[in-house]
Amino acid sequence: NHVVTKKTFPWFGMDIGGTLVKLVYFEPKDITAEEEQEEVENLKSIRRYLTSNTAYGKTGVRDVHLELKNLTMCGRTGNLHFIRFPTQAMHRFIQMGSDKNFSSLHTTLCATGGGAYKFENDFRTMADLELLKLDELDCLIHGLLYVDSVRFNGHPECFYFENPSDTQNSVKTPCSLADPFPMLLVNIGSGVSILAVYSKDYYKRVTGTSLGGGTFLGLCCLLTGCETFEEALDMASRGDSSNVDKLVRDIYGGDYERFSLQGSAVASSFGHMMSKQKRDSVSKEDLARAMLVTITNNIGSIARMCAVNEKIERVVFVGNFLRINTVSTKLLAYAMDFWSKGQLKALFLEHEGYFGAVGAFLELLKSSEEP
Amino acid sequence: MAAESERVDRSSHSMDKSITLPPNEIFRNLENAKRFAIDIGGSLTKLAYYSTVQHKVAKVRSFDHTAKDTEDDPLYEISMQEEILARLHFIKFENAYIETCLDFIKDHLVNTDTKVIKATGGGAHKFKDLIEKKLKLRVDKEDEMTCLIKGCNFVLRNIPHEAFVYVKHADSEFRFQNTHPDIFPYLLINIGSGVSIIKVESEDTFERVGGSSIGGGTFWGLGALLTKTKRFDELLQLASKGQHTSVDMLVKDIYGGSYVSLGLTGDLIASSFGKSATADKEFSKEDMAKSLLHMISNDIGQLACLYARLHNLTRVYFGGFFIRGHPVTMHTITYSINFFTKGEVQALFLRHEGYLGTIGAFLKGAEEDNPNQYSWGENYAGSSGLMSTSPDLNPMQRARSGTFDMLEMDRLERQLVNLPLLQDPSSYIPDTVDLSEDALAREYWLYCFEEALDGVVKRAVASQPDLPEAAERAEKFRHKYLHKLQTLRHQPFAYGSLTVRSLLDTREHCLNEFNFPDPYSKIKQRENDMALKYFQKAVKSLEELSWEQRQFALVRGLLAGNVFDWGAKAVSDVLESDPEFGFEQAKRQLEERPWLIDNYDQWLERLNGPPHKCALFFVDNSGIDIILGVFPFVRELLCRGTEVVLASNSSPALNDVTNNELQILTERIAAMDPVIQSAVKEDRLTLVQSGSSSPCLDLSRLDKVLAGVVRERHTDLVIIEGMGRAIHTNYYALLSCESLKMAVIKNSWLADRLGGKLFSVVFKYEVPLDKKPTTLDHVPVTPS
Repeated sequence: NHVVTKKTFPWFGMDIGGTLVKLVYFEPKDITAEEEQEEVENLKSIRRYLTSNTAYGKTGVRDVHLELKNLTMCGRTGNLHFIRFPTQAMHRFIQMGSDKNFSSLHTTLCATGGGAYKFENDFRTMADLELLKLDELDCLIHGLLYVDSVRFNGHPECFYFENPSDTQNSVKTPCSLADPFPMLLVNIGSGVSILAVYSKDYYKRVTGTSLGGGTFLGLCCLLTGCETFEEALDMASRGDSSNVDKLVRDIYGGDYERFSLQGSAVASSFGHMMSKQKRDSVSKEDLARAMLVTITNNIGSIARMCAVNEKIERVVFVGNFLRINTVSTKLLAYAMDFWSKGQLKALFLEHEGYFGAVGAFLELLKSSEEP
Repeated sequence: MAAESERVDRSSHSMDKSITLPPNEIFRNLENAKRFAIDIGGSLTKLAYYSTVQHKVAKVRSFDHTAKDTEDDPLYEISMQEEILARLHFIKFENAYIETCLDFIKDHLVNTDTKVIKATGGGAHKFKDLIEKKLKLRVDKEDEMTCLIKGCNFVLRNIPHEAFVYVKHADSEFRFQNTHPDIFPYLLINIGSGVSIIKVESEDTFERVGGSSIGGGTFWGLGALLTKTKRFDELLQLASKGQHTSVDMLVKDIYGGSYVSLGLTGDLIASSFGKSATADKEFSKEDMAKSLLHMISNDIGQLACLYARLHNLTRVYFGGFFIRGHPVTMHTITYSINFFTKGEVQALFLRHEGYLGTIGAFLKGAEEDNPNQYSWGENYAGSSGLMSTSPDLNPMQRARSGTFDMLEMDRLERQLVNLPLLQDPSSYIPDTVDLSEDALAREYWLYCFEEALDGVVKRAVASQPDLPEAAERAEKFRHKYLHKLQTLRHQPFAYGSLTVRSLLDTREHCLNEFNFPDPYSKIKQRENDMALKYFQKAVKSLEELSWEQRQFALVRGLLAGNVFDWGAKAVSDVLESDPEFGFEQAKRQLEERPWLIDNYDQWLERLNGPPHKCALFFVDNSGIDIILGVFPFVRELLCRGTEVVLASNSSPALNDVTNNELQILTERIAAMDPVIQSAVKEDRLTLVQSGSSSPCLDLSRLDKVLAGVVRERHTDLVIIEGMGRAIHTNYYALLSCESLKMAVIKNSWLADRLGGKLFSVVFKYEVPLDKKPTTLDHVPVTPS
């Protein structure tokens, strides 16, 4: 049983996805001198290690720009840190927990995402740690609503694009998610889940698709030899997908008027690659760009159909696929607006991929409030 | 997007001219061809034209019996006449042969006043100059999607087993669907290089409701990049050998098992290609191709489901080069649709999917002939049928590549509609046994038809004693039909569900093809003559019986008459060896009651009640059957006050009495029998054509006139006679009025199957559950 009268530090929330592990860590800033003295060495070293670095090992990263400052939770004030590392490094992470004798701290480790199930036994046997496993969709929604409610250091968490029909000149505009229900929540991680959310605790998973961030990165790696998401996005930003995709005008010479399709619309993703000549002359950048556009448009298309079928006008896109990915966010904003003739609105959130971890973290605090 | 322009072979100028075309088999009837249309895709060209075919038909003409009426003169004369039949030809061949084919057409095209060729397909503009130069026809381009929809409507309306569901591991992978009487509305998902989703609401109303850029071009383009494999077919072959689980991230890769609370199983793909981002390893071409195929098929399936749901449609057809008969893609699309709709929507595929564009283009060009006002029928003799395109599954297929695929449709003289008395037209299936799903039955019947072939050839030759080349033609017929049987052995799905009916119809089509329109004409004539002589005697002896005895004797007579059937081998053996085999002997052969299916008591009880308003009687054989079996039975109905409509075949099939013959027979019987005479005069006895020329009966394709008569007369009883019409077909047919199905089983294998023996009797009297034994037109009378 996890009932503790006063929740002991450290406070973590963890979301173990297919590709990335997302970790939120609450750093108390109101530690009294007395407390500081009592604080075991172990705990102190964890706090110092996490807060004084922005990179951990080869692959761990702290997203400093996302840090939420001066949060008050359960009577304590502090900063919420956002850390991520590849799921591949999970065993190293557990080993570290074991090395640092994490289990002696008697904290509850709240975890969500598939990895909470997959690695549960490893936590137990390797580090003597028990996980409190939480449903990832519950966590996602709770985390999202919480972060939106506390705002992003005084600014709105949510934003949209003004003038979405012109992707060159559309402007990122902050907004509030006040009165958020119903919303269609599209979570783009390795794969994609689409939820219709009617209240904090009432939602359904409408559908999902296996064409997600993992597909973008996976195919980019195979096609271009790149190794990271950042690398793939960087190439994509410099590429031109019209060398790869076959457009309506490539087939009809212009618009296909019979069905009012614009000449610039993509008729066949990677359609030009049927020709050997074009395969031989295409650049990696063009391929990366086409991959990004293909995956993004497809998600947009499915999301739009779901929104129409579920009769929901507000579509919220989250997930780490959107991290540092303005091409996709702008494209999604454009697609929602264009295909619905302005009926649908695409919304985005600053903490894209971290809501599951925040939701898990909130569960930790909730369990401490119980009698 | 339907465009396949990029698929046009760039080396197409170096065309293969070395092939010679066998003129008897391909591009037939070019002499009278007109109204050309062509659909040129990435690799295949589909050509369409209309022609008229000179056809021999057997006509019977009554002699003038008032002048001289001697015992030995036959009742009527038989003559062979030439008739003009309208036929549509569709031919599919590889683009490499286009020049050879155009030359061939140019050389054989004579009496044509055609100036224009309708063209569609991505490759049409590339070959425009060549076509105009060779054929001296102006190329007139038609919108691809419009052609596609027109073609789709046409095949759905005219080819009964056009659509099928694909079941990968079933004994027959193809489950043919009954065409719903109303083909609209439906969704057509055309997967070319991209995907177009079209909602079709009527012949002329359709809308592109959506689409996707992830289609066949994406599979091909990405596949070529990933595997360095150039050809689409090769990519599919790679995919069929691969394992996607090494490339895709599955739910169990993330969860360690299934995601129970959402009901997502561990094997579900969470992220396509998700493993290729993290692992530092090489992936096999096969595995990547498989993963790509799954990714694209699932995505298209998902979109199709979302659109089907949005538009509330359950009939979803898939077409385009991505599908085109490829078992691999049909399977993955089917799987995806099942997954996303939880089985609520079935993915449907079309047997003539590759022809839709050219059919549509042709119809656009033929609008002034108004082809849609006619019914058309697939000619089994001239059509290649559906091939399995998996070279691994079917070695015959390989041999076919580089050859020609054909579809021929005959314009039917009559417009065909549903029998208005079908309980549920959308679920009506004419055939009792689907041989494509029943391997044992298939084996038997194919063997049976092969065995009977000698006899058929012999009779065909005998039917044309004045034509010395008849023997040679008959051999050609034998060769053709034997080849069809062999094809069907390997590909039972070639013409839709394989049934005894389709085997019989194919034989009739082949006989007609070689100008044997009525091999039984002389036999029928002889039998009719003979039976007529006994008519009055038979009627007299019946009249001497008590009412109850007579009812039974009438039924027995009808059944005994039905033993005379040259179509069934067991009977034709007896008849050929013993011409004295008489009516009385046939009665003795009959099984004693209780019969195999015996509702006679209920029928008799019903006869105690008020008369039926009108009976529709589908008759069977000539000779003893119709004259000594059916007519006395009909006579009794007429005497009871029931009007009778006799429905007989429009054209010959085996020894079945044709409408033409029946008219003469009725006249002759009327001359002998005042009951029949007054009934004919007062229009209480009517003859109609069934619209069919099959020994079996498809109640969903009947002459429109017949349907009208049935409605006008408030028909409340349908009688179906004979093995072909009441057992091979319609045995389980449910009607909205009373029905009587009568037959003698003259095939020991079938008798065995049904739990009976040779000459077992089926007497099936059925009253629909919701119907009292009387209709509203009559005041119910309870027999005291």
